[in-house]
Amino acid sequence: MIIELGHFALILALVIAGVQSVVPMLGAARGNEAWMRLGRQSAVSMAGLISIAFFALIHAYALSDFSVLNVYQNSHTLKPAMYKIAGVWSNHEGSMLLWIWMLAFWGAAVARWRKNLPLAFQARVISVQGMIAFGFILFILLTSNPFLRIDPPAAEGLDMNPILQDPLLAIHPPFLYAGYVGFSVSFCFAIAALIEKKVDAEWAAYLRPWVLAAWVALTVGITLGASWAYYELGWGGFWFWDPVENASLMPWLAGTALLHSVSVLEKRATLKSWTIFLAIFAFSLSLLGTFLVRSGVLTSVHAFAVDPARGIFILVLLGGVTGGALLLYALRAPYITMGGSFKPVSRETALLLNNVFLFTFAATVFMGTLYPVFLSALDAGSVSVGAPYYSAALTPLLIPFALLMGVGPGLSWKEAQLMPALKKLAAPMAATLVLVCVISLLPLPGRPFTSVMFFIAGWVLFATVNEFLRKTGYLRSWRHLPRSFYGMTLAHTGFALLLIGAVTTTSWVTEKTLWMSPRDHVDIGGHQVMFLGTEPGIGDNYDYDRGNFSIPGASQLDDFIFLKPEKRWYPAPERMTSETALHLFGLDMLYIVLGDQDEKNPSRWVVRLYYHPFVGLLLVGAALIALGGLTAMSARRREEVAK
Amino acid sequence: MRSRRRLYFILFVMGCIFTAAGISLYSLRQAVSYFYMPHEVKDFEAQHSAVTAPGHVFRIGGLVEKGTLTKPDKNLTLQFTVTDTVAEQRVQYTGILPDLFREGQGVVATGSLDDKGLFIATQLLAKHDEKYMPPEVAKGLKKLHADMKGAAP
Repeated sequence: MIIELGHFALILALVIAGVQSVVPMLGAARGNEAWMRLGRQSAVSMAGLISIAFFALIHAYALSDFSVLNVYQNSHTLKPAMYKIAGVWSNHEGSMLLWIWMLAFWGAAVARWRKNLPLAFQARVISVQGMIAFGFILFILLTSNPFLRIDPPAAEGLDMNPILQDPLLAIHPPFLYAGYVGFSVSFCFAIAALIEKKVDAEWAAYLRPWVLAAWVALTVGITLGASWAYYELGWGGFWFWDPVENASLMPWLAGTALLHSVSVLEKRATLKSWTIFLAIFAFSLSLLGTFLVRSGVLTSVHAFAVDPARGIFILVLLGGVTGGALLLYALRAPYITMGGSFKPVSRETALLLNNVFLFTFAATVFMGTLYPVFLSALDAGSVSVGAPYYSAALTPLLIPFALLMGVGPGLSWKEAQLMPALKKLAAPMAATLVLVCVISLLPLPGRPFTSVMFFIAGWVLFATVNEFLRKTGYLRSWRHLPRSFYGMTLAHTGFALLLIGAVTTTSWVTEKTLWMSPRDHVDIGGHQVMFLGTEPGIGDNYDYDRGNFSIPGASQLDDFIFLKPEKRWYPAPERMTSETALHLFGLDMLYIVLGDQDEKNPSRWVVRLYYHPFVGLLLVGAALIALGGLTAMSARRREEVAK
Repeated sequence: MRSRRRLYFILFVMGCIFTAAGISLYSLRQAVSYFYMPHEVKDFEAQHSAVTAPGHVFRIGGLVEKGTLTKPDKNLTLQFTVTDTVAEQRVQYTGILPDLFREGQGVVATGSLDDKGLFIATQLLAKHDEKYMPPEVAKGLKKLHADMKGAAP
């Protein structure tokens, strides 16, 4: 019964989306205030209806109602309650429902946002949001309906992939989707601005918090996904340039470009057309990501069952949304007035170049991700593009990008003097060179790559700190600076730390794979690891062998750290997984995976150990980036203008 | 004045993007690895193609033939045979087998042939859909069987 209620709510949401995409738009065109206001109400009620649909599905999963096809295919009574619920969005149908739920929430948030947003403009934004919602609800109902019943009901479900049974994976998709779909708000703002032929600083000021919110959610989502890959896949890496990872990175890069150009537009009323284009581009890449993941055109750990009808439907949606938006852009771009002018040496130029680089990064990732798809579509062979491509193509661009990142924030708007700006940067450059010399002289592996990367990361770090110290009068006065400046400082510092963490983790890693019997020990990263043996046991819905390793703690005498990696056997479906055991020593990570068991001597195991120096910086860096976004988001417009 | 500056800027941006595209394409040529089934590898070997030259990296995929997996020696080196039901290829790997690796099921190995025709794998992938078949292997097998059917009568 509840599942039919959910189904009905979703159909009702489709009808409302249809009304929402037409009536407020017409109201705005004719100046009919009642019609315009209808948009607000319908956006909120659509969010309510899709919530009903979503919770109906969660209810079916929680109770393991195997008369529902989707639950039967993707759940199992033996699963722990938390993963039954997370199972809702670990399959295609459920995750599309999550997608549309997020979309409705962003729409309702715009509708409830009363910060003097002009009514007609808001009506247009909500209307475009309604069109996107209409397309995707129709997609769910026609090709991916999670509310279908089977008769007779099944006795037991078919379960899901056990490697997806993980707390981080339960919360990673909601964040990722919140970010993906969050860029729909920027998209709708861009379309509404094109319709009104009005793109100005005020528009950018309204848009900026929405861009930041989506960008922060996406940052968190990607970080959670990378952390999951790090400890769950057992390969000791955090980013594999997997097509699905790339699908989330592309909108992030475009979103990063967008949030920089929006702040230029807000402050200096320039880069108008470019900002509009980026807003369209960022959401198109989000849709492309959805298409790539959902259509099954890519080979990936995340690929779901392939159904060509779905792929074609999403491709048509993608084409309609992007193509329609670009057509409108082409028609209306001539009407967008020229913005304020600026000299070749100015903050505007620096930010524009930053945008060019970010755009190029996104294009490079795009090429690497889609090249195999094109080849395969042309039947020209099956290829895979791996990490060597990305490091060869991205690293050369990263150097000028990072140099600019150090210089840009110190330049003044409109017209800057190059020499004074460079003079300010003498100290950070000296500090960077000292750091690079130290790193290059130490007997560490990975040169010259590590030296180059330390140069750019150190430069961004020192230049950012230098600028912060100067602006705050060497920490004497804090108050007068806008929050967006603190946000930038945090995010740029985070980026530098992230780079350092990525380099140390990949270049200075120690890996050891060996046979170990109880009481064998191995030295790694300056720690002595002793294997104590394994013990069998029974978990929630699996059997396991749990290894036990002891490492002397800091005091060396009686204090021991125990690490317990597991080998798990899931009976439904029959599958083996490895659970890594991790321990942080400061920022360094010790990482142990249990491999195969010796059949002749069952106490003997293959053990793989990694020691990742400074891997903690990756997490600290990502957290600072997200925190920077939140700080900038909290900035009030008045405060900005007062500056 | 203004339009000329704009023109220079656009030229600069185009230059950046084309340079990046050039670097990308060049790295694509270097970093892309092709996927072949064992019978294709045998064909390449018969033709003395550059694909089977020692050290040329490519990927090979198929089913792990039952009963061919050797026990890892003390250096954790092991061997197994990959088959596509037409031809076979012996593969050697050092390290921990992926959790999803099993005899009779699909695998994709990245590596190159040595001078004796043994495939030295540096990476094994046993990603599956629910039917325990990597999509590339499934596609390759399907194509092979379609070809055989076409050739039979």
